[in-house]
Amino acid sequence: MRRFLRESTAIAQIELIKLTRDPTELISRAVQPVLWLVVFGQVLAHVHGIYTGEVGYLAFLTPGILAQSVLFSAIFYGIAVIWERDLGVVHKLLVSPALRASLVFGKAVSAGFRGLVQAVVIYLIALATHVALREDPRAILGVLAAVLLGSGIFSTFSLVIACIVKTRERFMGIGQVLTMPLFFASNAIYPLELMPPWLRFVAQANPLTYLVDALRGLMIRGGEHVHAYAVDFGVLLAVFCVLLAIAVRLYPTLAE
Amino acid sequence: MNASSESGAPAVAASALTRRFGTLTAVDRVDLAVRHGEIFGLLGANGAGKSTMMKMLTTLLPPTSGSARVGGFDITREPADVRRRIGYVPQLLSADGALTGQENLRLSAKLYGLPRAERSARIADALGFMGLAEAAHKLVRTYSGGMVRRLELAQAMLHRPAILFLDEPTIGLDPMARHSVWDRLSDLRRDYGMTVLITTHDMEEAEALCDRIAILHAGRIAVVGKPAELRTALGPEATLDDVFAHYAGGGMTEGGDFAATARTRRTARRLG
Repeated sequence: MRRFLRESTAIAQIELIKLTRDPTELISRAVQPVLWLVVFGQVLAHVHGIYTGEVGYLAFLTPGILAQSVLFSAIFYGIAVIWERDLGVVHKLLVSPALRASLVFGKAVSAGFRGLVQAVVIYLIALATHVALREDPRAILGVLAAVLLGSGIFSTFSLVIACIVKTRERFMGIGQVLTMPLFFASNAIYPLELMPPWLRFVAQANPLTYLVDALRGLMIRGGEHVHAYAVDFGVLLAVFCVLLAIAVRLYPTLAE
Repeated sequence: MNASSESGAPAVAASALTRRFGTLTAVDRVDLAVRHGEIFGLLGANGAGKSTMMKMLTTLLPPTSGSARVGGFDITREPADVRRRIGYVPQLLSADGALTGQENLRLSAKLYGLPRAERSARIADALGFMGLAEAAHKLVRTYSGGMVRRLELAQAMLHRPAILFLDEPTIGLDPMARHSVWDRLSDLRRDYGMTVLITTHDMEEAEALCDRIAILHAGRIAVVGKPAELRTALGPEATLDDVFAHYAGGGMTEGGDFAATARTRRTARRLG
């Protein structure tokens, strides 16, 4: 276990150093949530077209956009992995005696850093737009845990796709095809009750739905979550473990 | 000292090692024995099977059939033991340009499980050995091509492996940088007694560095021997180029697929 932690930390630490040295990606990724919350959210809130219970639409939307940011910043993680493959970095990592699980988990943790930065950005936007946020530390810790877990899921999913397609061109196409259905077939921007039965069925199988559900309860004052937190976190953890197991098996094929 | 040197077995021993990709046989029943402490060159045109051999011996690619032992351990059944005993410099430039030389080495030190108390000293030693002590805290993207290759050698030797695998280590380097890398490799063998297995299609490199060479052609070993003996066997005036042309299909076959060519060019471009 100590070895697993040491190796995973080494991989994650390297990513963190690079991220702090060149934060351009983080800054550019902050633009999209601003547009969703300040433009789309404000307009839809005035229309009152979507019933969101006790909370206003902007408050309802905010956790959805945080989940979306986590998804969008993590889902293209595979491109970086393909880039590392093209540079020979993957080969060198795989020739080392490090556990394959450490290499993959370290990548997931580093994706979590990006997710946490997105969370800070969304909190700042939410404060600026007067969304009523929960302030108790346990709820905030819960949000951070959900964001880390969500980042881990979608970055590992991305890694699995990268291991299968192996080229940037193919990945770009598949990445676009995957992100939008994941986003729209979830409760990120409208409640599950408004969906037709078939879409609700798809949404129930979408891990993004459970991420949004947990965030909605933990982040927003009076925010309603459909499932118990144990269910949300249980599903997220199970999905992460399954994806991690698949990625550990597939990651070595990148060097073949 | 490793398991194979204690038992008197070769540092690297392959037996009928084969790798197929669909209908293509990239490496075809290769037998090979690399002695302890020698610099052994695997020569061949693009597509001859050098890199596939290298990938199998370094546990990156499972063989289709046959077997190999590296440092006394089976590449298929004991890959983790093999990995602990080898260092590897891929053909592609694998040092991370966004990190300093020291940070690159620190990552390797952690992944190879060097004790925390020894890490800094070992990193300083390796950087000093490769003539990079002054550049240790500079970003690798500011290094020259030769410096990057020396840094990668420092990474590969950091855990004092018994066997070093180098896949085209001087591809794309200018003559001075190439000689600098050759000097460091000779120093490594002299000071640490490492066995070095190197792939190249550069005859000058093979002549300057290798104790013995094997010429691969169409996935099979065409000949093995000392460069001087192979030259003499072909004729009094024969050069290693002649030997290569003789055994590698007259040098007229154009091997190497698009991906291999792109990879070579990418490496050369990164080296500036």
